[in-house]
Amino acid sequence: MSLLQLEDISKKFGQVVVGEGITFQLEQGDAVGIVGPNGAGKTSLFAMISGDIAPDSGAILFDGHNIAHLSPAKRARAGIGRTYQVPRPFENMTVFENALVAAQQGARTRGQKSYDLALGALERTGLAPFANRQAGSLTLLHRKRLELARALSTAPRVLLLDEIAGGLTDLEVNELTAIIRSLRSDGIAVVWIEHVVRALLTTVERLLCLASGVVVADGEPKSVLASDAVRSVYLGGRVLETRGPNE
Amino acid sequence: MSIVTPGAKQHGAPSVRRSSTSPIYTLVGALVLVILLTMAPWIVPAQASSTLMNFFILVIMATMWNLLAGYAGMVSIGQQAFIGLGAYATLYFALKGVNPFVTIPLSTLTCAVIAVPVTFLLFRLRGGYFAIATWVVSDTALLIIGAIPFLGGGTGKLMPGLQSLSPAQTAHYSYLATWIVALVVVTGTYLLLRSRLGLVLASIRDNEVAARSAGVNVQSARRLIFVIAAAGCGAAGAVLAISQPFIQPLSVFNIQWAAEMLFVSMIGGLGTIEGPIIGSILYFVLQQTLQQYGAWYLIIFGSLAVVVALWQPRGLWGAFRERFHGELLPVGYWLREPK
Repeated sequence: MSLLQLEDISKKFGQVVVGEGITFQLEQGDAVGIVGPNGAGKTSLFAMISGDIAPDSGAILFDGHNIAHLSPAKRARAGIGRTYQVPRPFENMTVFENALVAAQQGARTRGQKSYDLALGALERTGLAPFANRQAGSLTLLHRKRLELARALSTAPRVLLLDEIAGGLTDLEVNELTAIIRSLRSDGIAVVWIEHVVRALLTTVERLLCLASGVVVADGEPKSVLASDAVRSVYLGGRVLETRGPNE
Repeated sequence: MSIVTPGAKQHGAPSVRRSSTSPIYTLVGALVLVILLTMAPWIVPAQASSTLMNFFILVIMATMWNLLAGYAGMVSIGQQAFIGLGAYATLYFALKGVNPFVTIPLSTLTCAVIAVPVTFLLFRLRGGYFAIATWVVSDTALLIIGAIPFLGGGTGKLMPGLQSLSPAQTAHYSYLATWIVALVVVTGTYLLLRSRLGLVLASIRDNEVAARSAGVNVQSARRLIFVIAAAGCGAAGAVLAISQPFIQPLSVFNIQWAAEMLFVSMIGGLGTIEGPIIGSILYFVLQQTLQQYGAWYLIIFGSLAVVVALWQPRGLWGAFRERFHGELLPVGYWLREPK
């Protein structure tokens, strides 16, 4: 039984297809990267897994149970943590309180246990020195880390990371990928949407390419990137294909 | 205000405190204030204690409105529904022979019970639509109550059960009742905001989507807050009914109540406990000083609200807190490094 299993997920917004027959499985401790052009349906896929939007059809199984009807809060409590592409800190709360509410509600802990969990997440993401700062006063890097810390505080089994390295410097990206790699050794499965492919390659062992809501490639990262399907998605396949043999 | 020390954790871990300053001063200050306000009817003239009573009613209403709008993100312009229902519940129980002062908790409970089904209607709507719907609820309640002859219909009815007391006794007892309700509401709100639920509410206030993905059950937190706010406003309505013993539907269901709650919370600072109290003080000071200018005082109030909304959206208390980083009633969590 897979930890997370998507079966034939489809979703349309009017005429815009963001998911068509998406099927994939994730095992405990897996690290999967998702790439694809803008509008391919990557973030929508996360939203369907975390419950922010409902798919038109298909099933989502988490730990063998269908979670398609559960609210985002219940899914978070079940062990699906996510970060948002544009960080959404609780701006008027301190960094520690941001993590604490996730530890108390997402991981269902109380008292000292919740303090330890939240603090552990802050230490892990390097935010401990900022624990008493208002989250609204954080820089972009720290906001991204706070997204991660808050997701970790819910004690997730699957972590959905949405472009967490976007907009960061190389050094910052390296620090972040080191944290993410360390999560894998704890048995947390990571699904990571990222345009910074170099960062992805240091961390994931499997890559999925999404285009117009369809999974066009899924497999070992280097071979996925080299595949014709992915090349055609990024470089305009038709043109290359027709020109190739003729010239 | 307790200091939480790490349990069996390894030595040297940071400890979590619930306030950045010593709570002793706040505690002593609160105690002195409680004693003074309890003694007020013996100390100050009758006129002043009647003003204080109106002040307490406003503090109760504003504190409840602040929970709704400032924390749970529900802007209601129909809270007068529960002021009216609280007042009429008190009238109903008193007509049935219950001592008016005993009816206060009963009316509070009645409003809480009525609020539960109302949430199922209202929570289908968001934002502005929600606000309008609360007004509809209030007017519906007004129309229903106005159609019940036993409760005096549209003209109203005199509150029974108070005639055996002398006017001075009535005034004194209603002062104490109002003061106790205000104390319970403010203390209760403070304890609520310090609890796990307080953190949940603050997270919803700041970012609802993120709160959900952090595992917060937004809907049930909202429902609980709506019911609490209804109960609090019901209690305000009950003490109002006792202090102004002729109860008329158009006055207890007046939208003026909602306007006052909104004004006071906004001026004082939404999303803080202190805000509505500061706002209420300002409201009464302004009212006392400006009432000789007739309608002008409403214009001044309106302009003040606009100015605050534009330039100081966090209100007076928000501005104070930003500058001095002080808190009278701390609800947060502070990490302290071991010495």
